Amino acid sequence: MMSKLIFGRFIPGNSVIHRMDPRAKLLLSFYFIGIIFIANNWPTYVVLFAFTFAAIALSGVKWSFFINGVKPLIWLILFTVILQVLFSSGGGQVYWKWGIITISQFGLINGVYIFCRFVLIIFMSTLLTLTTPPLELSDAIEYILMPLKAVRFPVYEVALMLSIALRFVPTLMDETEKIMNAQRARGVDFGEGNIFQQMRAVVPLLIPLFVSSFNRAEDLATAMEARGYQGGEGRSKFRVLKWHNRDTWATVIFVILTGVLVYLRA
Amino acid sequence: MSPIIDVEHLNYRYPQQAADQLTLTDISFSVAPGEWVAVVGHNGSGKSTLAKNLNGLLAPESGTITVAGQVLSAETVWDVRRQIGMVFQNPDNQFVGATVEDDVAFSLENQGIPRDEMLTRVAQALKQVNMQDFATREPARLSGGQKQRVALAGMIAARPRILILDEATSMLDPQGRAEVLQTIRAMKANSELTVLSITHDIDEAASANRILVINDGHLEEAGTPAEIFAHGEALINLGLDMPYAERLKAALKRQGVQVPTSYLTEKGMADWLWQLRSNK
Repeated sequence: MMSKLIFGRFIPGNSVIHRMDPRAKLLLSFYFIGIIFIANNWPTYVVLFAFTFAAIALSGVKWSFFINGVKPLIWLILFTVILQVLFSSGGGQVYWKWGIITISQFGLINGVYIFCRFVLIIFMSTLLTLTTPPLELSDAIEYILMPLKAVRFPVYEVALMLSIALRFVPTLMDETEKIMNAQRARGVDFGEGNIFQQMRAVVPLLIPLFVSSFNRAEDLATAMEARGYQGGEGRSKFRVLKWHNRDTWATVIFVILTGVLVYLRA
Repeated sequence: MSPIIDVEHLNYRYPQQAADQLTLTDISFSVAPGEWVAVVGHNGSGKSTLAKNLNGLLAPESGTITVAGQVLSAETVWDVRRQIGMVFQNPDNQFVGATVEDDVAFSLENQGIPRDEMLTRVAQALKQVNMQDFATREPARLSGGQKQRVALAGMIAARPRILILDEATSMLDPQGRAEVLQTIRAMKANSELTVLSITHDIDEAASANRILVINDGHLEEAGTPAEIFAHGEALINLGLDMPYAERLKAALKRQGVQVPTSYLTEKGMADWLWQLRSNK
């Protein structure tokens, strides 16, 4: 069940994109989502797609991962597109009109643009998570949040929680699987019956999972304290992020891309 | 030589307990530097509570604990923790780092050790427990014994003078247990390390210099493995299994064979059996 989930998975590799600094990747991905909204005509979208496909080709990750990344969201995308097509009024030639529902040239083009935006955003964020180990992402988030220390935001603590949470995801998944099987062995049917019966069946899974998480937290806190953890201050760091030339180049390429988009937009 | 751990008249009670119910009552003992001491006793006899008192995770109601010349108090607790490395029971719940090398570095990060030194110490420690090929692996992809070896590597890197094993091998299979004990012996051979192991495992207790038996929060008895194992079947009441040689003796006794009452190691037992047959 969980193994089908593409979003948030990491595919090991050794491409230029894999070796980029996670801070650069994270910031540039957000930046990319921002500049998608500059695009407002066909040439700009062609440039954006060409750029995204080039990045994907460079990463060496199989295309199927990206297609699978879009699949779970396809209904949401189509729903938004259809709403846009049916309810946008005015602009261009009107093909069909019935009450408040209008299909116009303007509406159709906007619908296609929105579809393109969704696909671009999903492709780029999938590329980010597929090429960056979760741990590096949490390091990058810690670094990016650092300025918030000035307003007494507990950056170290949030980063620690994030990295512990990431580290325990597979452990808790295993445990969920074990408890499910143990409860199945005792006659609980998961995913059977109507909605209320299904919800009832989740209780013997959730409660043991919560209780064991509390016990884990207690044990982990004891172990951390025994190993001298006194809070974020005065700690040195084992993992460090390195900004390479390739990260500067990537930034430059994004700036050029922004220039091209601004030049081409209508 | 002055003892590295000195406990005097230690009393401990959990906050929710009534005034006359103590988890630990008047415990006094001391451990010499380099000694390997096993603490045995039933479930709920207070062994783990004792371990947590030693490094200040729990604060005693009365009594004094002196570790490496420092009396444990609110001011000295972090210095004392630096002297003591602790490995706990559940390999999953004490793995803090997201990868093996992160976990080994965790104590060093807490001490604020510069990164260059951390890199060499982590690599060294992983080599010593033979986990260098796993440095960038995630805990979910390791076996229980491997996780406990990583926990030990974390201790090696932090260089404590005392190692407390709080049932560190009780959730492992026999092979994982043997691996971990082997690693600890190697650690002890390389440096003067004092080991205090809380255990139900007979092999672990047998390889100790001294055994402390705790029963219902009292220190019932302290002696060498030979002295303690001489109790034979009474060992089961102390929360320990019987060593193989003792079980063999008991089985022979049931067959009507006259067996020596003193404790024999497996080799001693083999020698005795050899002589028994050749005398006839």
